[in-house]
Amino acid sequence: MIELTRRATFSASHYYWNEAWSAEKNEEVFGRCANRNGHGHNYTLEVTVAGEPDKVTGFVVDLKWLKEVMQSEVLSAYDHRHLNLEAPEFAHVNPTTENIAIASWRRLEPAIREAGGARLTRVRVYETADIFAEYRGEA
Amino acid sequence: MKAYFGRRYMLSASHRLHSDALSAEENKAAYGKCNNPHGHGHNYIVEVLVGGAVDGETGMVVDLAELDEVVQTKVMQRFDHTNLNLDPLFLNQVPTTENLCRAVFDLLKGGIPSAKLEFVRVEETENNFFEYCGEQV
Repeated sequence: MIELTRRATFSASHYYWNEAWSAEKNEEVFGRCANRNGHGHNYTLEVTVAGEPDKVTGFVVDLKWLKEVMQSEVLSAYDHRHLNLEAPEFAHVNPTTENIAIASWRRLEPAIREAGGARLTRVRVYETADIFAEYRGEA
Repeated sequence: MKAYFGRRYMLSASHRLHSDALSAEENKAAYGKCNNPHGHGHNYIVEVLVGGAVDGETGMVVDLAELDEVVQTKVMQRFDHTNLNLDPLFLNQVPTTENLCRAVFDLLKGGIPSAKLEFVRVEETENNFFEYCGEQV
């Protein structure tokens, strides 16, 4: 089995806020990330799929196809958007890097599964070069 | 829902690769220019990966500030801008990046609030790195 990873970048804004908490508690827990005017990042999305190389093409998946899936399922929803306000999954869930990784998995997994062949094994999202979160489909 | 959170830190330190169990010639053969008696240094990148349930209230696996505090206290303050050979952990083992990686893991293990330490990667240069995820049972 071979793992193959494709990377893409998107730029988005967000803030962290728990509606069940007071403003003071939000500011205490989330610090500068609780600023309701939001702030932004250049995110890097890394998508890893696993499978056997096709005997004819030698590909685990067609990289161009994977790029298009990442574009249509994730980047079209997140790139140059305000995640809290424009991505429905973050209407009441904090768009932390962890939750962006989970949400990206949920957006990508059906399309990759339906195509047959390779299976999604890992989604990693970098918020900065030094901070990232990863989801591997675990419960 | 289990997810993973990773964070990269940089520490600058010097070391000399030299084993008392080897002769001068054997040390030279094993370690080459890393055996220079005066030592040399690196900007090490320490990557820490922790895993755990995503907290429903915060959306986080671990509080970044708390993780930073643990890594600062247990690893950065200990090794940054030091000579690794002089650290008690390296009195009886050569401060290769393999051994540094394992030492960092062991220093952090069990000390991360709310999350489990999954692995530590130490990059010695852009072109070589080492990973340790604890002893496999």
